Amino acid sequence: MDLEDQGLLKRVIDEQGTENVIVVLGSPDEESARVYAETVTTGDPSWAGPLAGVSLRLPVYHILEDEVRQEIDPAVYEEHVAMMEMVLDTPEITKAVRDVREKGSDLD
Amino acid sequence: MEHPVISAASYVLCHTPQMVRYGSKPSREIAKDGQGVADRIGGALRSFDDAVAYPPNQVFIGNTSPADLRERERPWWRHPVADASRFSSWGEIMPEIEFLGLLKAADQFDVVHLRADAASDIQQALKRHPLGLAVEAERVIGVPPEKFDHLTRQPGSLPLYLDGYSGPVGCVLVGHDEDTNLVAHILLENLATKASAALAVRHLIAEHGLDPASIPYVLNCGEEAVGDRYQRGGGSLSKAIAEQAGLTDASGSDTKAFCCAPAHSIVEGAALVQARVFDNVLVVGGGSLAKLGMKFRSHVEKEMPILEDVLAGVAILIAPDDGHSPLIRLDTVGRHRVASGSSQQSVMQDLVRDPLRRVGWRFTDIDLYATEMHNPEVTEPSGSGNVPDRNYKMIASLAALDGEIGRDEIAAFVAERGTLGFSPTQGHIAAAVPLLGHALRDLKEGRSRRVFFLAKGSLFLGKMTNMSDGMSFAIEGREKPSD
Amino acid sequence: MLRGKKAIIIGERDGVASPAIEACLKTVDTTAIFSLTQCYV
Repeated sequence: MDLEDQGLLKRVIDEQGTENVIVVLGSPDEESARVYAETVTTGDPSWAGPLAGVSLRLPVYHILEDEVRQEIDPAVYEEHVAMMEMVLDTPEITKAVRDVREKGSDLD
Repeated sequence: MEHPVISAASYVLCHTPQMVRYGSKPSREIAKDGQGVADRIGGALRSFDDAVAYPPNQVFIGNTSPADLRERERPWWRHPVADASRFSSWGEIMPEIEFLGLLKAADQFDVVHLRADAASDIQQALKRHPLGLAVEAERVIGVPPEKFDHLTRQPGSLPLYLDGYSGPVGCVLVGHDEDTNLVAHILLENLATKASAALAVRHLIAEHGLDPASIPYVLNCGEEAVGDRYQRGGGSLSKAIAEQAGLTDASGSDTKAFCCAPAHSIVEGAALVQARVFDNVLVVGGGSLAKLGMKFRSHVEKEMPILEDVLAGVAILIAPDDGHSPLIRLDTVGRHRVASGSSQQSVMQDLVRDPLRRVGWRFTDIDLYATEMHNPEVTEPSGSGNVPDRNYKMIASLAALDGEIGRDEIAAFVAERGTLGFSPTQGHIAAAVPLLGHALRDLKEGRSRRVFFLAKGSLFLGKMTNMSDGMSFAIEGREKPSD
Repeated sequence: MLRGKKAIIIGERDGVASPAIEACLKTVDTTAIFSLTQCYV
């Protein structure tokens, strides 16, 4: 993740805390989804940004995940996301985020 | 209905490895981490010969076709084009030594200074250029070593380097002591755009035997903001580019819409020609210094050369119907409306489905779609994926959602009506227009009948709206496609 | 899982942009406390 964006994110967490906070990603491929998910759970994997070594352990999801989709109003999901589900490599991307979440997030 | 035509297009790349350090990302990282980052960047730069032989660059200047890339083994940077030439009938790939000369020639305010020994070499190099850049060469005058050292020590002075020379060979000075919009870095950015765009115009004039005084209006679609402390982006580069390229009869203005500005400009230019306001309109775009080395970290990590080392320039001439050039179908203009919001689906409906429906065409009535033509070898290492491929899949998915093709035909649609990306990630330049030269060639030679152009711009980056933007249009050939 | 939570949304221009994610999350009363769309081109 961009180092400046990590700084912005860190500021929000410092102000709001991590309680009741989730992260939802819209990353277009498996590798970037994994990097973002790791950044908000176990810390910046590139060890370059403000979130390096910061273990936020936030529950992280990708908008394309089935369990996310199931909660959302189908008509709204259809309008905003459905086409990208066909375009992107949904199984790979969602698996990457799920793996990171299961290892690194404090889930309810 | 009459339609204007695109009668000519030119393409240039200026290879500027020693300016990669002044790209936005590298300069921010160097400021934070210092010499270590600068050294890693320095160790991953390409030679001019490597940049010339890089297959996507040869496609960009038209020496090979996008289809040729499909046949080439990847990574492309390991598989150079054997008979690569720096020149083409559309333009060229210019080495940094010559480009420094164009930068100096583009400067009318004595902010760019060159060391005497280097200046003399640069001048000689420019004098040998086949375009006959004698006017530019005459302006390349260096300063003696003592004075040069003094200039490089001025507050805010930015050093310029050149492969094979030790120490700075030039410097850019601030334009005003208190003006944050006229610091050396911004002036270099704007001069680089001006010089690369003017080079593209010079090629267009030369390759097509045009009279430079025959062009009345220039629309610059580049993303660089020219201005001063009162209006940071209020100025215009179009007229500066026109002057630099010798278009004595031209005026012009800039169109801003991030990456989709070229599509807006082409539509605006076509409308001005169609309405007979001007006999023709030249759309130009110069290189984006800020985007150099944008993804250098991933390239260095993956032990690749830094591929974002070229500034791109384009020039596109829009003229009244000449009876043979491809038509800009003004009845197919699509725009991303405010009400459409941010979903990719509604963006694509606005940009592709609705304009096609308006003229009664189906998705499959378009032979080739020109979308964001980013070179995947540049974007994939940083996790941004293959941008054109994703755009093609969106168009195909929309065709599938509309029931025009089956879901199992998406891959075939992409393969048949899409092409591999080859453009440097120079923002506006990558957005559809790199394919225009190839499309004109295909349409003139009857290999395709209709090509549809769409470009998108990330307006949200400027923090004034959460929206993006988009613009689209079709161009149509005069020949029936050959079977 | 999502309902009533505070969400940090990191969308991407080439994937799903954050306003589109936000529109979805609104339907489950999730409030965005941070929303960003990345653009790498």
